[in-house]
Amino acid sequence: MGNQQFLADKIRTQEYHLNMGPQHPATHGVMRMVLKLDGEEIRDVEPVMGYIHRSIEKMSEHITYKQIIHLTDRLDYLSSHQNNEAVALLVEKATGIEVNDRIKVIRTIMSELSRIASHQLWWAVMGMDTGALTTFFYGFRDRELINDIFEETCGSRLTMNYSVIGGVRYDLHENFVKRVKDFIVHFRKKLPEYDQLLSNNVIFRKRTEGIGILTKEQVIAFGMNGPTARASGFVCDIRKKIPYSAYDRVHFEEIMATEGDAFARYKVRILEMWESMRIIEQLIDDIPEGEFKVKTKAVIKLPAGEHLQRVETARGDFGVYAISDGKKNPFRLKFRSPSFANMHGLNKMSEGTKIADLVVNFSTIDVVVPDIDR
Amino acid sequence: MTANKTIITDFLVDQMQMPVDIAFWVEIVVVAAVYLGVFALLGLFLVWMERRAAAFFQQRLGPNRRGPAGLFQTIADALKLVSKEITGTEKRDKFLYTIAPYFVIVTALMALAVLPFSQELQAFDINLGVFFITSVSSVAVIGIFLAGWASNNKFSLLGGMRSGIQMISYELSIGMVIVAMTVLTGTLQLSEIISFQQEHGWSIWSGHIPAIIGFMIFMIAGTAESNRTPFDLVEAESELGSGYHSEYSGMNFAYYFLAEFVNMFIISAMVVILFFGGWLSPFGITDGIPYVGVFWFVFKTLGVVMLMMWFRWTFPRFRIDQLLTLEWKYLIPISMVNIVFMALVVWLGLTF
Repeated sequence: MGNQQFLADKIRTQEYHLNMGPQHPATHGVMRMVLKLDGEEIRDVEPVMGYIHRSIEKMSEHITYKQIIHLTDRLDYLSSHQNNEAVALLVEKATGIEVNDRIKVIRTIMSELSRIASHQLWWAVMGMDTGALTTFFYGFRDRELINDIFEETCGSRLTMNYSVIGGVRYDLHENFVKRVKDFIVHFRKKLPEYDQLLSNNVIFRKRTEGIGILTKEQVIAFGMNGPTARASGFVCDIRKKIPYSAYDRVHFEEIMATEGDAFARYKVRILEMWESMRIIEQLIDDIPEGEFKVKTKAVIKLPAGEHLQRVETARGDFGVYAISDGKKNPFRLKFRSPSFANMHGLNKMSEGTKIADLVVNFSTIDVVVPDIDR
Repeated sequence: MTANKTIITDFLVDQMQMPVDIAFWVEIVVVAAVYLGVFALLGLFLVWMERRAAAFFQQRLGPNRRGPAGLFQTIADALKLVSKEITGTEKRDKFLYTIAPYFVIVTALMALAVLPFSQELQAFDINLGVFFITSVSSVAVIGIFLAGWASNNKFSLLGGMRSGIQMISYELSIGMVIVAMTVLTGTLQLSEIISFQQEHGWSIWSGHIPAIIGFMIFMIAGTAESNRTPFDLVEAESELGSGYHSEYSGMNFAYYFLAEFVNMFIISAMVVILFFGGWLSPFGITDGIPYVGVFWFVFKTLGVVMLMMWFRWTFPRFRIDQLLTLEWKYLIPISMVNIVFMALVVWLGLTF
């Protein structure tokens, strides 16, 4: 140590700034990080947001609640169904619309399918960020099957627009149950391949274990949530804490880890895919009969006051907070997006790490840039 | 200058009635032209092979439309690169920026020139062949480093900095393995190394345990030397964009691109020469038939190339400190011990 200090006094290096982004492969979109570097070592990370800001919250003040759902697809496009569901649940709760079991079950299955799809894409990109390019194709191979299921039922593969106020837009396609079952059988065989290819690779382990450690206290202080926070031991699954739709009737584990490093965040997401399959298996066999959409009024007005609905998207706690003055459009609407909250941990994670670690850390918090900027 | 020279100069002098001096120069030009052609075709073929191999590992098809099995696809790509405008950053160091690609391409060509494709087909059989290849390919790092520096781009600079650290470190263990194998074969001349193996069996067999250790170290260090995953920190797409050649376009970029693949071929050829008997056929089944050695040499080399491609499409990338830890704390000590071990094995006559 003394020797190192001596060297540090002798050899003076200059800190420099590096703009990572807005166009950079590791930022998964248009996001800029101003790095303060000393050689390869990171001294400071400053995320600069706003490159894809579309003022969705402001737009929402001028349109009706039915229309707002369409905008929520464009927040976190990988969890588009959960976002739709959040607004639908908010309005249903505020206006007292009761939906039947069939709708609840369909929404839950769709949520879990999109959670799996989102985690598959995350895994694919995570491998690519660490340099293992083949994972990208493995992840997309399996994600394609889910997208096909979505396409058949909703007519859309990514921005689904499936949940509407009082139900879902279309009834399930006749092949839905069979295809979902086939997918589960297929993916139960394929998910161990993910471990073989990446999780058990010694280089990958070395790259992720002990990197970007966040303690439980830090995670709570930064307001982080979702799989990223659960990897540090923060119990925060909205599906367990404030069950919505059909989550109160299924059995599943809240996946937790205590290490708080990049590998823990990785592990939590891989295990969440297993849990999501478990949830779907419990529901898929007996989807209740009934209407897929209950009758609602043509113009929906929320009672004056504040309304909040939280759902668990693939990234964490997604909240819709609406202040209504009794009109058909909200006075103010706020989306509490998990990606934005999780971004705050990045600087803390990157303390004393290298550029390569930043890419890994950024990948393990799994942000979707349009969700940050809104 | 053995086989080729005699054949071509004999032909020119005897049949064409050409003076010996002129025939000598004509021969040099002809050989150089042939090697340039081989270089370009080899590079393009390896790019095609890489893309097909990648597709195979990634459960997709890869290029398969232009020509048989997509063989002409890379030629089309090369033509596109030729026709592209050569751009660069505004404040680059123009002189260094322009000459940097030639360091890489020329050294790759020079190393290719001494490779013995078969007993009859070798352009230069100098008596320091192995040493020549290692020393020439260490010059290539200058080209990469200059590109990183002269581009005036911080990402390029980081890539160049990494390449300097990486290639200089890993050359050491390559050198040590070569020393160990020289102890076994007793020569640095490539053709002599192979004729030694003709008598005693392939080195990986006759040198058994130390040779296998040497082979493993050589494969690791060779992969690092040719900047391929898991050691592609120099390019590191997800971290640095594309590293040192970010600011190169058109043919300048193509030089780097082709040289990378040809370097991979050269490293694989070194593996084949040092450990797998070069042009020798397995169990001597076709020994004695002229020029069949070319097939075996290329076949074995492409096998090793395939192994390196397999690495690339399977492994994640190292971090820079892990890369250096691997080299300085593990590979160099092991390869040093391996030299002593090999010397003991040879001294005690434990070779086959």
